Amino acid sequence: MKNYETVFILNPVLSEEQMKDTVKKFVQVLTDGKAEVINEEQWGLRKLAYPIQHKSTGFYNLVEFKAEPQLVDKLETEFRRDEAVMRFLTTALDKHALEYNEKRRKGAFRKDKKKPKEEAAS
Amino acid sequence: MTLMNEPVNRNENKNKYCRFKKNGIKYIDYKDPDFLLKFVNEQGKILPRRITGTSLKFQKKVSQAVKRARHLALLPYVTDSLK
Repeated sequence: MKNYETVFILNPVLSEEQMKDTVKKFVQVLTDGKAEVINEEQWGLRKLAYPIQHKSTGFYNLVEFKAEPQLVDKLETEFRRDEAVMRFLTTALDKHALEYNEKRRKGAFRKDKKKPKEEAAS
Repeated sequence: MTLMNEPVNRNENKNKYCRFKKNGIKYIDYKDPDFLLKFVNEQGKILPRRITGTSLKFQKKVSQAVKRARHLALLPYVTDSLK
C-alpha cells in the first residue's frame, strides 16, 4: 500500500452540491478500491495562474490516501471521464513528503515554511 | 542579511549555500506557490543554481515542484510581472 496525494481542479460553474457530489464520487472510487483516505482538503475557489478551458478560477481539492498502485489508474480514468474535472495531478509520497504533510496538518506551516530559518539565522 | 529576505541583490553574498541543506528541509511542496516564488524570476522562469546557490539534488526537487505547480496553475508558465 503506497501513499499518494491527488490535487484536482473542478470547474467553477458547478453548483455547491454538484461539487460535493463529484468529490464524494472520487472518494467513493477510493474507498471501493479498499484505499484508506488519510486527508481531504478543499481549498475552494482559487484564481488560476493561466486560463484553463477559458476559465480563470477553479475549485481546488486535495485527497491524500494510501492505496494499491493499480487503483491509481482506475482513479485517473475516472478523472478523465468526468468533464467537471479541469485538471488533476496524482503524486506518490515518500517518507519526507509524509512527514511534511503530517506537520502541515498540525498547522506547523501556518506561517511561511521559511520562518524557522529566521530564528536560526539571527 | 540572509538570502531569503533580499532575493534581489543575490550577488552580494559571497559564499552561496544550499538553503535546503542548511535548514534541514527534506521535502519541497509543490502545493505552496509563495515558497516556490523564491526560485522563480519575474518571468516565471526557474532560477539557475549559480544564482540561488542550491545543491544539485535540491535544484532537481525545486524544478520538479515548480513544474507540478505550473501544471496545477498555481504558478504561471510565463508572465511579465510575477513578483
